[in-house]
Amino acid sequence: MSSDFAELEAQARRVRAHAIRLATNGGCFLGASLSCTDILVYLYDRVLQVSPQRLDDPQRDYLFLSKGHDVPALYGTFVERGFFPAARLRNHLAVIDDLYWHPNRAVPGVEFHSGSLGHLLSVSMGVAMDAKLTGGSSRAFVIVGDGELNEGSVWEAALVASAKKLDNLVLVVDRNGFQANVATETLIPLEPLGEKLGAFGFAVVEVNGHDFGELQRAFAELPRREGRPTAVIARTTRNKGLPSLEGKADRWFVDLSPREVELLLEELHGAGQARLTSEPLVVR
Amino acid sequence: MSETATYQSTLLALVERDPRVLVMTAENRAAIRELPAKIGPRFIDVGICEQTMVGMAAGLALRGRVPVVHALATFLTLRAYEFIRTDVGIPGLPVKFVGAVPGFLSDGNGPTHQAIDDISVMRTIPGMQIVCPADDRELCACLPEVIASPAPTYLRYNATSSKLEHTPYQLGRAEVLSEGTDLAVLTAGFLTSRVVDACAILRGHELDATVLNLRTLAPIDEDAICAAALACRVLVTVEDHLLVGGLYQIVTELLVRRRISVPVVPLGLPGRWFRPGRLGEVLEHEGFSAARLAERFQRAFETTNVNSYGAR
Repeated sequence: MSSDFAELEAQARRVRAHAIRLATNGGCFLGASLSCTDILVYLYDRVLQVSPQRLDDPQRDYLFLSKGHDVPALYGTFVERGFFPAARLRNHLAVIDDLYWHPNRAVPGVEFHSGSLGHLLSVSMGVAMDAKLTGGSSRAFVIVGDGELNEGSVWEAALVASAKKLDNLVLVVDRNGFQANVATETLIPLEPLGEKLGAFGFAVVEVNGHDFGELQRAFAELPRREGRPTAVIARTTRNKGLPSLEGKADRWFVDLSPREVELLLEELHGAGQARLTSEPLVVR
Repeated sequence: MSETATYQSTLLALVERDPRVLVMTAENRAAIRELPAKIGPRFIDVGICEQTMVGMAAGLALRGRVPVVHALATFLTLRAYEFIRTDVGIPGLPVKFVGAVPGFLSDGNGPTHQAIDDISVMRTIPGMQIVCPADDRELCACLPEVIASPAPTYLRYNATSSKLEHTPYQLGRAEVLSEGTDLAVLTAGFLTSRVVDACAILRGHELDATVLNLRTLAPIDEDAICAAALACRVLVTVEDHLLVGGLYQIVTELLVRRRISVPVVPLGLPGRWFRPGRLGEVLEHEGFSAARLAERFQRAFETTNVNSYGAR
């Protein structure tokens, strides 16, 4: 990877470290967080017209996390971009704060809550449509999981997004290959996903979601086609950055001991692979 | 309000007056047929996609809009229920849900179209207002308040005409349509004018009834209901809804909480869908025509009045 992206790579590593530190004392959905970390870091650094100083600006870009499980990566990104201080992450899962397993609007920077799959494509379309009606420059980005594409409401909304020509809408699929516990292609196959979204009227691009050069290519020119919503299929790896956990079906949600957190942080920074002793949690 | 005001003309005036208001529909245009030509891009038809419509309405409301969304009541409240609860209910966004052909108004459609559980499910959503106009004039009268209110609101659409003479509309306040001390009939929506006609028949049998048109079921006019309960020997609730979760339970929960002991006779749908058919025949068959209601009120009064104890 070229040195153009050295700063982004360092930022992404810090975001992953924040997420790993949240995976204890109650745990979090680490697998999906680490698969979409690079996407979030790239979008907030290079694409989205939004910052802590303009959270009420109607001309800002909106980002929606539709699957919601990946919110530790969003919290980490927010810390890196100054939306709130890192110390606040110590409140994860404390009832006195609003940092829990799914995003909600009480956290500065979160545009909408999620947790129930298949909702935020349509919500983001409402925002995109209003930007069109008002002649504003806002764009709506929505990150969905690939397992989430089982939900019929995603496809219903996709029909409407195309019918309404919402070319200020960008659907990003975190294509990490997993439903909750099972590989997508084993349970409910999605391929050829690009062709499916194309047939629904999206301008589709497929990239490696961990390669900033490819992400740059995906988001360089929006809309990719006038009058059409864009779909970016970002091929990713569950638990990316932690070779000992990458692509493991049973490491979707993890609740680690403090020692295991330290081992994984060392692994993230290039030490050897950690060996976890905590129970894999298969069903949640 | 002019004599010729309709739902459509009233909504159009509100759209023209308030730039926040948008009209959406899941291809249910019966009541808003002329609006596309009149309001252009502020009319949004998403096709037969109730869930997407509600999700989009939430997104539009996030941007400061007040979407007025239209679909058949049963598909809106049931198919899109989780979107209403999750995307509109949790953040408390000002989306207005207009459900067509609720209750008996689905006449010949059959059980798939019978919204007789809509009030039950909508009232479980914290902060959701439920508005049940008695006729076309009340439908037009309630609309400015519904749209001005910051709360999410379910409007049980009823554009049927009636001979009722209404007092000025106030959201959340009941209307007293007649006063008597023998029994109090509590109702809302389409059945209201049948109840009034039934009570006119009762006066020929020397029974005087208070009739309360509740107008909204959430918020409910607690003081009006309690006053009627304290003034009358028997309460009767009349609703085109299942007895589970509707007016009867709203009223009895209130009376228990206020520790008011009075016989309450529920007239509604007791755990089954109604027989589909022409509206007049449906009402007759199910016991909700004016004549049938009068008989049932009289029976309610006689049986509870003789058998009850400790009510006064």
